[in-house]
Amino acid sequence: MSEPAIRRNPSIADAALADFADAHLTRARMAMTLAALGALLIVVSIVAVAFGSVHIDLIRAVMDSSSPDRAILFGARIPRVLMGAIVGAVLAAVGAALQALVRNPLAEGGILGISGGGAFGAIVALVVFSKLGGSDVAIPLCAFAASLLSTLAVYRLAQVDGRLEPFTLLLVGVIFNAFWGAAIMLVNSIVNFFFTHSIIFWLMGSFEAPTYREVLMVTVLGGIGFAVLISRARDMNLLSLGDDEAAELGVEVDAVRRTIFIATSVMIGAAVSVSGIISFVGLIVPHIIRTAIGADHRMLIPASILGGAAFTVAADLIARTVIAPSELPVGAITALCGGPFFIYVLRREGRKSLAL
Amino acid sequence: MKSDAERLGIAADRAGSGAAAPVPVAAKAHARATAGTVVPLDRDDATECAAEAGAVAMRAINLTAGYGDRRVLHGVSIDLHAGEMLAIVGPNGAGKSTLLKILGGALRPWSGTVDLEGRPLTEYDRRAIARRLAMVAQENLVAFRFSVLEIVLMGRAPHLGAFHFETRHDLEIAHAALERFDLIGLARRPIQELSGGERKRVFLARALAQDPHVALLDEPTAFLDLRHVAEIFGRLRELRVERGLAVVATLHDLNAAALHADRVLLMKDGATAGYGTPEEVFTADNLRAVYETEVYVGRNPANGAITVLPADNPRPTR
Repeated sequence: MSEPAIRRNPSIADAALADFADAHLTRARMAMTLAALGALLIVVSIVAVAFGSVHIDLIRAVMDSSSPDRAILFGARIPRVLMGAIVGAVLAAVGAALQALVRNPLAEGGILGISGGGAFGAIVALVVFSKLGGSDVAIPLCAFAASLLSTLAVYRLAQVDGRLEPFTLLLVGVIFNAFWGAAIMLVNSIVNFFFTHSIIFWLMGSFEAPTYREVLMVTVLGGIGFAVLISRARDMNLLSLGDDEAAELGVEVDAVRRTIFIATSVMIGAAVSVSGIISFVGLIVPHIIRTAIGADHRMLIPASILGGAAFTVAADLIARTVIAPSELPVGAITALCGGPFFIYVLRREGRKSLAL
Repeated sequence: MKSDAERLGIAADRAGSGAAAPVPVAAKAHARATAGTVVPLDRDDATECAAEAGAVAMRAINLTAGYGDRRVLHGVSIDLHAGEMLAIVGPNGAGKSTLLKILGGALRPWSGTVDLEGRPLTEYDRRAIARRLAMVAQENLVAFRFSVLEIVLMGRAPHLGAFHFETRHDLEIAHAALERFDLIGLARRPIQELSGGERKRVFLARALAQDPHVALLDEPTAFLDLRHVAEIFGRLRELRVERGLAVVATLHDLNAAALHADRVLLMKDGATAGYGTPEEVFTADNLRAVYETEVYVGRNPANGAITVLPADNPRPTR
């Protein structure tokens, strides 16, 4: 007669299973991690609102509605911190998702040239629609379309005999990144001098003078993207085993991949259209979280959202205070941290975590 | 002999269950996953219980397949009963891995059908297949530093909803699977830190956590030393006996196939060169024709199993 598959085994003591609690993701660990990262984000945001290139008195800003302090607080600091938080959250979540998709801890929107494609789309839209009007809708749309095309092109070109080769992918991405940079410089050299500042802004990545409308736009698109990525987090875990293995565990691989491509392209397009190319956030943040807490994407994605927000708000705080009263673009700060970090991950973790 | 009757049985079953059958099964599994911890793990559905000794777990009829316009499989058929092990052997490039991919649903055949527990594979969705059939690839690379326990728990994914955390029930199953493959002590280690043999056992444990009725194993013992090979076949034998697991394994080692498999499919150039018990298939004539080298076929004096040795003579003049 047949035996049941695996029977409930009363000999497995609660202690043995409790012993497993630190070997896999539990609800308790997830809740604690997200609470800690949320608290970090709140602290960093308060500090970032309080400090800047000029000193403001927060009490006067709140109490006195006609004070210049209030104008700076609500007109500049708060929208800037909000923008930094949401864009950082988007970049880190997209980084984590792309890394799962291509099974490579070095993948990231900036490195893969996706942000570069988005910036090119945004700049073309700016130039074309500045006279026609409607550029505030056209810029994010074009940024999204160009991000998606760039993603698909990189992904296609990185496939060798139907297999995605990790290092080929990085190489193709780096080439695309350089190509989009050159294309942007080309546009810069043939258009009116009037656009040059905007173009430099997109190339360097900055949260200069965001409007609440822009913050809202990125928050809505980013929020939808977060929901999509979180809903695919378990599939991302299974994709870490390989495409065939994920399929054998019930993942509709092509559908999941399409979903993640479109979601990340929309998210990157939205972020780039308001803040330009901010590199390495999507590399650094998921990597630190993975190392500190674990690789399970059900936590990695939400933790990257919170951690990316805190990291980027902090980077922007440095960018606008380190050479005050002048400001650096935040993209310069993240690239200055990120370049060495990339080399470090490539040498120390790249081989190990790819199990090569 | 009895295959006609079985075919009739399958036809009747198919007519009875109909195309809509996967939906209630999936819904039931979903209910089981959400019901929490105390529900004992029964088979998905009594009517499709393959664990009954001798029930047909899988049947493939006249498969042809290829890549591009290159045909690599020419009309291969197999049938596999619960508790049985079928070894697929043959030279490199004979189509063994292609056949395994088709049986797992990863590759569509050009023609021919694969039935899993009496229903065509194409009638199941991916998750429904994953609740019945587990596959372990030859290479097991993992992109990120998941712990051994996390890898094994991934085997529970086809039984869980998108937002569900593993329950105590899932942890118990993972614990049992780890115990079975002697991995309890490694549960919290990152998979990358394990040796090849340990990693293979982790993936077999993951397949077991899927609670499958059929396991497809691509070279489960490649690159392992003698002791690990014996251990893995021993564990597979236990599972076949205890719970009627049906196993299909591609093997390069003809002696292991002869010792452990109930039946052998000998392949050459994508076609069947022999199908039957090891005694029927592993004849000197068959093997010489397939491998194009001289072989000696005898009996292992220790256990009486068919033994195949190379018999080419590199020093003809002594």
